[in-house]
Amino acid sequence: MWRGDGAAIAAGLMVYEKTVPGLDEDTTTISVEAARRAVRLSGIDAQDIGALYVGSESHPYAVKPTATIVAEAIQATPDLTAADYEFACKAGTAAMQNCLALVRADMITCGMAIGADVSQAAPGDALEYAAAAGGAAFILGRDNLIAEVNHTLSFTTDTPDFWRREGEPYPGHGGRFTGKPAYFRHVTAATKRMMEEMGTSPDDYDYAVFHQPNGKFPSRVARKLGFTKEQIEEGLLCPYIGNTYSGSTPLGLSAVLDVAEAGDRILATSYGSGAGSDSFDITVTDAIEGYERNNIRKMMENREYLDYGLYMKHRGEFA
Amino acid sequence: MRDVALIGGGLTPFGELWEKSLADLVAEAGIAAIMDAGIEGEDIEALYIGGMSAGRFVGQEHLGSLAAEVSGLSELHIPATRVEAACASGSLALHNGYLAVASGMYDVVVVGGAEKMTDVAGTEATNILASAANREWEAFFGATFPGLYALMARYHMHKYGTTREQLAEVAVKNHYNGTLNPKAQYRREVSVEDVLGSTMVADPLHLLDCSPITDGAGAVVISSMDRAEEFTDEPVRIAASETVADSISLSERSRFDGIPAAMTASRRAYNRAGVSPADIDVAEVHDCFTIAEIMAIEDLGFVDKGKGGSAVDDGLTTLDGELPVNTSGGLKSKGHPVGATGIAQIHELMLQLRGQADRRQVDDAALGLTHNVGGSGGTAVIHILEAI
Repeated sequence: MWRGDGAAIAAGLMVYEKTVPGLDEDTTTISVEAARRAVRLSGIDAQDIGALYVGSESHPYAVKPTATIVAEAIQATPDLTAADYEFACKAGTAAMQNCLALVRADMITCGMAIGADVSQAAPGDALEYAAAAGGAAFILGRDNLIAEVNHTLSFTTDTPDFWRREGEPYPGHGGRFTGKPAYFRHVTAATKRMMEEMGTSPDDYDYAVFHQPNGKFPSRVARKLGFTKEQIEEGLLCPYIGNTYSGSTPLGLSAVLDVAEAGDRILATSYGSGAGSDSFDITVTDAIEGYERNNIRKMMENREYLDYGLYMKHRGEFA
Repeated sequence: MRDVALIGGGLTPFGELWEKSLADLVAEAGIAAIMDAGIEGEDIEALYIGGMSAGRFVGQEHLGSLAAEVSGLSELHIPATRVEAACASGSLALHNGYLAVASGMYDVVVVGGAEKMTDVAGTEATNILASAANREWEAFFGATFPGLYALMARYHMHKYGTTREQLAEVAVKNHYNGTLNPKAQYRREVSVEDVLGSTMVADPLHLLDCSPITDGAGAVVISSMDRAEEFTDEPVRIAASETVADSISLSERSRFDGIPAAMTASRRAYNRAGVSPADIDVAEVHDCFTIAEIMAIEDLGFVDKGKGGSAVDDGLTTLDGELPVNTSGGLKSKGHPVGATGIAQIHELMLQLRGQADRRQVDDAALGLTHNVGGSGGTAVIHILEAI
């Protein structure tokens, strides 16, 4: 990090490594890569996808959808609806909720929801330490489910903790205001309400995933809500991949699905600044047993380190 | 000059109060003080409010009128005055209220202090606070308060052998006291190792040597002593209220191993009250940084100059020590909403002298002293309070 005490911040935030986009990578290419994997692993016909939504706060175009490029790349066009979503770090889970709604309304047989980002951070800003790149794609449908969404709900308020205005290169944020009244309030409220509505307690879940802007926040919110370290560690990727923003909760959920067994129950709660949380109660089905897993942790082993100068080039700070 | 009594007080919780505005805090503290004193709105003849920089923290000036409005007193058309002397604003407001009652002009006066600091980012708060230093000759060149106090700390360490660990022990003590104060921002203990291992801010001061950024407000009600018993059975006498100014710039001071304004103001206060430092049972001092508490107990004459560090080592100032200092947790642990701090110090001693300080009560506390400093020592305000 530019002029920062890296070791101290790493320990404080529980972020030890982070991902950096490749020189030619952006939210679109990450989305395409995730979408292709999802189609291949699920074995669906891309033409069956009736809706494709990409949630991100770093869409390469202000006007022109990322979703159409992805749909074209995976040959899902032209008989589908597509759109880009933005809700800070929870645009990916918002996309999942909407695909689910269309499926349940019988408007489509399956839809694809993607959360992906190459998140921005000003050099020297606290955000720079964790702002990373990554994404995940989910196919939500009716048949051959590897996991069933039992319930989803959201908790939303107007809370200005983090923002980026049109034309600005980097986001601004409210410092410590991003904690208690923002992340913790929303994640806690959505998760508690989910357990209330489902009549569950933390013991009922085998795994829990909370949005991970750093390692500290999800660990603390889990402890506060009564979840154990064991329940969250499978889905806690941030300490080694950083904050992938819209990709964060989807990637955590994906990492859990890499190891989950039939009958396992998962609670996942995202968080997006501005602010809101989407919570999901999920049960893994028998179909997971024969399913070829994505294996995110293996992907994480395949890495190389950059110095700060090269890092800046990868971030597009200079050509 | 008439005798003046404290007849009530109230404090909001201190902390990051995201859900409360400056006006909410002023109203909450004011109402608590009025209820505690058992007075009616019609009894109040004047308002004074201390605030350092509401204009820059939340874009609100004209605090006197704001206080009158949120207290529901605007229709009474009483005088309302905002007083500013950086971090000493609260005490200086009390000094002005004290003068108004002592002079015979008013009988019953409410004095408050408030600051809402967390609506701006930390870097902006540091910049706003730097306006308590000389903007042209200190702040513009990059000096911040941690930096200025770090210079004093280095000098003190060099001249008297004060150690890094002694500085840390001040934070350890005050954090322990804070655990006993339900209004405190940080109610958790820290160890010497925690302090030494915390982020470096300005060498030799680490994060846990520094008081935090805090929202909060406090208010007290004062009256002439002859009317105090109309309202309360336990008035606290203001035995002295003294303030002096010094240069705003650290570089213009006669010495750097202490705060000359605090030395002079405290000598005058002891004279006015007819007491000596040895008579003081309990003190609230301005520990904006740990070094400031060590210098304060020297400046106030509790120990000789240069002996502050070893006095902390010896446990002089702990809750069960000979002279408990900062039983509230001090600025360090209770929090430091700059305009409210002076009033919060007075409120703590009012509790101590009435025997209402609960688990942090000092036995037989009869005489207390508050020490409130503006900037790096450009203003010092000393109050001596006496249980009746």
